[in-house]
Amino acid sequence: MHHGPAQDSGPDPAGRYKTRLGVVMFIIYCVVYAGFVFTNVLTEGRAMQVIVVAGLNLAVVYGVGLIVFALVLALIYNALCTRKEAELAGTDDGEERA
Amino acid sequence: MNLNGTPLSIAIFAGFVLLVLYLSYFFARRARSASGYYAAGGQIHWAVNGISFAGDYLSAASFLGICGMIATLGYDGFLYSIGYLAGWIVALFVVAEPMKRMGKFTFTDALDAKFDSRGIKLAAAISTLVVSICYLIPQMNGAGSLVEPLLGLPHWVGVIIVGAIVIAIVSTAGMTSTTYVQFLKGGLLLIFSTILVGFVLFRGLSTEPESLRGDAGESLLLVPEQTTEAALIAGGHELDHTVDDLLKFTRDGEVSWYRQDPAGALWETQWESADLINGEPDGLLYPVGRIKAIGGMSVADAAAGTGRLDVVSFLATLTHPETRIEQWHKRTVFDDDGEKFTIYYPKTVTGTEQMKPGVKFKVDTFWQKLNFVSLMLALFFGTAALPHILIRYYTVPSPACARKSTIVAIAAIGFFYVLTLFMGLGAATNGTVNPADNNMSAPLLAMSFGGVLFAIISAIAFATVLGTVAGLIVAASGAVAHDLMDRFGRMDLTEKQKVTAGKVAAFVVGIIAIILGIVFRGVNVSFLVGWAFAVAASANLPAIVMLLFWKRTTAAGIVASIIVGIVAALGIILTGPAMFAGPYGLRAEDAWHPLGQPGIISIPLSFLTLVVVSLITRKKAAA
Repeated sequence: MHHGPAQDSGPDPAGRYKTRLGVVMFIIYCVVYAGFVFTNVLTEGRAMQVIVVAGLNLAVVYGVGLIVFALVLALIYNALCTRKEAELAGTDDGEERA
Repeated sequence: MNLNGTPLSIAIFAGFVLLVLYLSYFFARRARSASGYYAAGGQIHWAVNGISFAGDYLSAASFLGICGMIATLGYDGFLYSIGYLAGWIVALFVVAEPMKRMGKFTFTDALDAKFDSRGIKLAAAISTLVVSICYLIPQMNGAGSLVEPLLGLPHWVGVIIVGAIVIAIVSTAGMTSTTYVQFLKGGLLLIFSTILVGFVLFRGLSTEPESLRGDAGESLLLVPEQTTEAALIAGGHELDHTVDDLLKFTRDGEVSWYRQDPAGALWETQWESADLINGEPDGLLYPVGRIKAIGGMSVADAAAGTGRLDVVSFLATLTHPETRIEQWHKRTVFDDDGEKFTIYYPKTVTGTEQMKPGVKFKVDTFWQKLNFVSLMLALFFGTAALPHILIRYYTVPSPACARKSTIVAIAAIGFFYVLTLFMGLGAATNGTVNPADNNMSAPLLAMSFGGVLFAIISAIAFATVLGTVAGLIVAASGAVAHDLMDRFGRMDLTEKQKVTAGKVAAFVVGIIAIILGIVFRGVNVSFLVGWAFAVAASANLPAIVMLLFWKRTTAAGIVASIIVGIVAALGIILTGPAMFAGPYGLRAEDAWHPLGQPGIISIPLSFLTLVVVSLITRKKAAA
C-alpha cells in the first residue's frame, strides 16, 4: 500500500514563507498568552481583579481578549498566505524565492 | 436531584439520535475503501470541515464541563475556554499545513513519513490509543450525566447507551459519517447555545427570580439555613466529629453536617454516605446556585431584579465587589468510625472573587503556582497533539483547505467559548446546579426556560458526546488496524480487511471507554479532559514540533520522547492528589506529591528526551 498524502496537492511554492510566518505569529501569541498566565501567577491574582473598562476586570477583558486575538491573528495569517499562494502560483522556483 | 424528562423531551431526544443514526447509515455507502473509512476520501469542503472541527472539539468537556465548572467555581472554569482556544493557534500556525503535506491517514503516518521506522509506528499507535482513551473517559462520563435527568435512567445506563450507539455508528460508516454528524451537531450547538445565552440576558439577575419558585410558590432550590454551634447544642444536637471546618452533629441517631465560615457561623450542607442522602435512604440532593446580593442595588431592588441586561452589564454586575454569590463545593471526609461522607457545602464569595481565577486554581504557594502554569501549558499545547483533531486534516483536499478549515474552526469555537462564560454564570445564579454533578449545569439552565429548550439542548449535548466519541474511536481504531496491524505488524491487509480490523478495534475501544466512563462518575468532565490534553501534549507534541523544525531529530529520539511523555504524564496524574481524592476514595493529602497537573514536568521532559536521544543515536549512526 502506498503511503503518500491522501490527496496529492503537488509542490507548494509558498511553503517556506507560510512556515516562517506561522512561527512568527505563534511566538507573538505565545508572548501574549504567557503574559496572561504570569500576570496571574506573579501578582497572586491581585492584578486580575482590577477593573479596567466598563465595570469589567482584567481577568475577563484579558481572557476574552485572548480568544478574539486568536481569531484576528488567524485571519491575518490566512490573508497573507492566500496572497503569497496567488503570487507564486505556477512559478517553478517559488520555493527558492519565498 | 429528581429531574425526569417529559414525553416531549424524550421524543425530541430520541428523534435527534435517530437522525444521527440515519446519517451514519446514509454515508456508510461512501466508505467502501480504507481512504473513505479513515479520511472521508480527502474530499470534504473546508467550510464543512471547519464546523466539523468545532463539532469534534466542542465535546462534553466544553459544553458540559466548562459550563459546570464556571457554575460552581466561577472564572476558574473559563480558564479552560481560554486554554482550549489558544491551543488552536499552535494547530494553525505550527502544525496544520506541514502535517497535511506529510501524512496520509493517521498521526503515526505523519510522524513516520521521514523515517519509516517500526518503532515510531508502535510508539505513536500506543500514544494515539492512550490519549484517545483518556479523552473518551470524560465523554462517556458526561453522557451518563445527561441521561440521568433526561430519561430518568442511572448514570451507568447512559454510558452504555452512548457506547453502544457510537460503536454502531463507527462500525458502519467511519470518517465521512462522523464528519457530517459533527457538522450538524457543531452548527446546532452554536445556534442553541446562542439562544440560551439570549434568554439568560433577557431574564437578567435577581436574588429571588420567579424561575426558582414552583407552582405553589415554593422554593425549588436549597437556601441553606444559618445557625450557631450553641443554638444546635441547645436544640439537642451533639457535636460528634470535626474535620477542619466541617462539623458532624447527631440528634437521636440522625446525622447532620454543617460548615463553619471564618466568622464562626454554621451553614447547612447537603451530604451523601454509602446508603443515605441528606439522612434518608431514598433522599435527594436539592439544586443550588443563587446570587445573594447585587452590587449597587438595595435588597428590595435586587429581589425585583435587574431586568434585561446586555453582555457587558451582565458581566459587570456579577463582577461588582458588593455582589454576593453562593458557590457550592464538594469534599470527601471520614468520620471517627472511618465512614466516608461526601459533603456539599455553601460558600459565599464576592463578585470580585467569582470573576477572577483563584477558587480552584489558587496561586498563593509554590505548588499552586506550578499547578496553574502546568494546566495552562497543557491546554495550550494539547490541542495540536490530539489524534482525533489531527486526522481531520486529512479529510480536506489540500493544505490551503486545511488552513481555511482551521480558521473557520477558530471562529466557531472562540465564539462558543465566550458563550460558556454566560451559560456557566447563568447556571450559577439561576439555581440550576446539581451539587453532586455540575456537568449538567448548562442543560438544567435550559430547563429553567422550559422543557422544549431543555430537550433540544440535551439532545445536542448527547449528540456532542456521540460525535466526539465517534471521532476518538475512529482515531483509536485507525491506530490499531492501520498502524499496529498493517504497518507495524506487516500483516499486509487488503483494503477490506483493514476496514474490518478497524471496526473490531472500534468495538474493543468502545467497551474499554464504557467501563472507565462508569468508574469516573461525578468528576468534572473538563477537569478530566485537561489531563487528556496533558498526556497528548507530553506524548505527541514534542515529536511533531521537533520533526518539523529540528533536522537532527532521529527515529529513536521520537520513540523515546513519546514513551517518556506518556509515562511521565500518566505517572504524575495517577499518583497525584486528584486521583486520591476522586477515584481511589482516599485523602488528597496521602497522594505521593502535591502536583495535580503534569504538563510542566512531562512536556519539557519529553522534549529533553528527544533532544538527548537524537544526539546520541545520530552520533552512533555517524560513527
